[in-house]
Amino acid sequence: MSKTISLKRGMDIKLVGEAEKITVDAARSKYYAIRPGDFHGLTPKMLVKVGESVKAGTIIFHDKYNDVINYASPVAGTIHEIVRGEKRKILTVLIEAAANDDYEVRNPVNPSSADAGEVKAELLSCGLWSLIKQRPFDIVANPENEPKAIYVSAFDSAPLAPDYDYVMHGKKAEFQMGLQVLKKLTSGQVHLGLNGKSKHEDVFTSSEGVVHTSYVGKHPAGNVGVHIHHTNPINKGEYVWVVNAQDVAIIGKYFMTGRFDLTKLVALTGSEVKFPKYYRVISGAQLSSILGGNTKTENEERIISGNALCGTKEAFDSYLGYHDNQITVLPEGNQMKFFLTEGWLSLGFNKLSNSRLYPSFLFPNKKYRLDTNLNGEDRGFVVTGEMERVFPFDIYPMQLIKAAMSDDIDSMESLGIYEVSPEDFALCEFVCTSKINVQDEIRYGLDLIKQECF
Amino acid sequence: MKFLEKQLKKLEPTFAKGGKLEKLHYVYDALATFAFTPATTTSRGAHIRDGVDLKRTMFIVVLALIPALIFGMYNTGHWHMVAESGNWNLPYWDQMLDKFLYGAIKVLPMVAVSYGVGLGVEFIFCNIKGHPIHEGFLVSGMLIPLIMPVEVPLWMVAVATIFAVVIGKEVFGGTGMNIVNIALTARAFLFFAYPTKMSGDTVWMGGKEADGFSGATFLGDAQTLVGESPVVDGVSGIMEKYSFMDSFLGTIPGSIGETSTLACLIGAVLLLATGVGSLRIIFSFAIGGLSLGLLFNAIGVNAYMDIPAYMHLVVGGFAFGAVFMATDPVSAAQTASGKIWYGFFGGAIAVVIRVLNPAYPEGVMLSILFMNIMAPLIDHYVIQANINRRFKRLKVA
Repeated sequence: MSKTISLKRGMDIKLVGEAEKITVDAARSKYYAIRPGDFHGLTPKMLVKVGESVKAGTIIFHDKYNDVINYASPVAGTIHEIVRGEKRKILTVLIEAAANDDYEVRNPVNPSSADAGEVKAELLSCGLWSLIKQRPFDIVANPENEPKAIYVSAFDSAPLAPDYDYVMHGKKAEFQMGLQVLKKLTSGQVHLGLNGKSKHEDVFTSSEGVVHTSYVGKHPAGNVGVHIHHTNPINKGEYVWVVNAQDVAIIGKYFMTGRFDLTKLVALTGSEVKFPKYYRVISGAQLSSILGGNTKTENEERIISGNALCGTKEAFDSYLGYHDNQITVLPEGNQMKFFLTEGWLSLGFNKLSNSRLYPSFLFPNKKYRLDTNLNGEDRGFVVTGEMERVFPFDIYPMQLIKAAMSDDIDSMESLGIYEVSPEDFALCEFVCTSKINVQDEIRYGLDLIKQECF
Repeated sequence: MKFLEKQLKKLEPTFAKGGKLEKLHYVYDALATFAFTPATTTSRGAHIRDGVDLKRTMFIVVLALIPALIFGMYNTGHWHMVAESGNWNLPYWDQMLDKFLYGAIKVLPMVAVSYGVGLGVEFIFCNIKGHPIHEGFLVSGMLIPLIMPVEVPLWMVAVATIFAVVIGKEVFGGTGMNIVNIALTARAFLFFAYPTKMSGDTVWMGGKEADGFSGATFLGDAQTLVGESPVVDGVSGIMEKYSFMDSFLGTIPGSIGETSTLACLIGAVLLLATGVGSLRIIFSFAIGGLSLGLLFNAIGVNAYMDIPAYMHLVVGGFAFGAVFMATDPVSAAQTASGKIWYGFFGGAIAVVIRVLNPAYPEGVMLSILFMNIMAPLIDHYVIQANINRRFKRLKVA
């Protein structure tokens, strides 16, 4: 019998523009991109040159400081351009896609008979290791570490998040195979976090060999960080690996077919989308191939690869993030707001707030069309207790943020920085009255510790 | 509004760096952001943000203070007439317009001076340090006059405000960085620098007093109970002079905004309904005061200790302190359980100072200032408990 954990603290942000459960194939984009920036802290070492032709699954670059971790091309085609930034830092590798995908031919080991080392070597060499992230630090897992557990979440509670039951429908065999592969990688357990509020598809509920735990609560109940904290919290020196459910199926598919196929379903959501629905795309696709003609107003909108709380701002002709399962399009909030009609002294029926200073608490089921305005100015910490209300961890969020801001490594360690990743603080950032960029501060703290202590 | 927006945008370059009025940039900024929430957008992380900002939060506190301010003006007018006529039992709800007008004439200049001087100092500091003017003083500026006796001269209000803003806040880095409550810093400054203007029996009534009239407060009179020449006849005497209902409604002499517990409670309802004030602090503050009052009742070795415990909650600045001063989130404890301890000790110490210390009739100010200093210590132990839990887990693992 699976355990159920109920979480009292959190906040569901209900926005207009939930994806309808219709899937269409996105047009094949002209270019696909793989961006080192999607893998935090990665310095790539290129293995191909511009003009070389590649297949789907051809290794494009590896980690300069850990060269066993390979990164592969999502599609077949030719290397079109290597875009570099300051100090020749590689920003984007563009692959001009061929009309059809031609896959690298591989013969993956059989995970049921292979040992852990062989499975690991297989994932590293084929390029799928990039889908496995580690806590602490929220980076691509270091294969030298031994994870005490691996976590997969069967639901996403973020605003307008894709419905994993829909997305994973019919992928039972791949998902089960993927879990079997992950099980080889840890001496501990593979945990699958289920949504205690709804009934899941058979793909999740009948999965075998994993520990099922249900979580009942508001966002961030679906975050793996919350699952880890409540079942097997990370202490200093321990590692936990996490993999997205769709990525588990991608890994499983590879071991079944030998194909490096990053095709997944991505939810196109947000109030500025004409017909929000699901698209079948390959990771790294051009956003314009999905968005083209489906947004309400050009230029006046914010395109986010990921969800509204922790996604990445992208341009219309930019690319889908490597790990993202969602695209959100919201109105830009770059207009001044008069204080009586829309600003700080207005009635504010169109504003969402976790405090009771706006009437939104009276309408818990209303869906909002929120823009990207900061709704205030950057200030010092004043209000206390607001972050705790949306942070279901036994951690003091404000104190941890302050420790990160003041480079206080000892305090960060003792306050529990190893258990969190920036996405766990997304709601704290949303509710902050003083408009502090909390996720940046946490990321800064994690980077500092990684640099100083690891 | 488009017109105003256009005008503001037109003026912007004049105040921008290199503009003619560059030095007034932060004043322009303060006014512009008052009228319009800026067009600033998010760039990373949470792309959408909560509608709430510090302006709205602070404004709610100012709004919550309005009942206390209005009632304070009326009460000031009443006691002025009492002092002039020498008749303690002058009907309270009579000549209402005259009383209110007199109170307004006395109190509004104090509010104006407090805001004017305080914002002036803030502006100078912001210009020197190059950061925008923050909203914190919106509340402090209203609190300062409300916790002064009406007879404090305007220049003292100005000096106290300067002291509070500079030493209480700006030297620590501005809004959100202060250690003790700003408004109480102002009051404490006057209390120790000009004690004759802050306590005694001549400062609570406005204007010239009739011969032989003594206008003390409940706490001032209570203090004499343990002295050599009590001005009231024991506990029953003081309870007759200031009934519970009078004290609760606030129809007694005292600092401008503090007398009416009812007005403070109306403010408290607003603060609690919006979530701006902490119920933990207000409630535990009251419990703290009540517990100590009951403890003293039980001991009961002198007349002061026999004053009913509930009276402590409605006289002096207890209610005002609990609702508006102790709940200042910056100087209060910041952890949930820390707030309970902080409030409890705040209320308890206030009553201890009142009853046991003959030098200070009113203990709320000192007790809250003391707990402001102690709040980080309370938080430290609360957080340490969390750290120890984590540490223990590490040892088990």
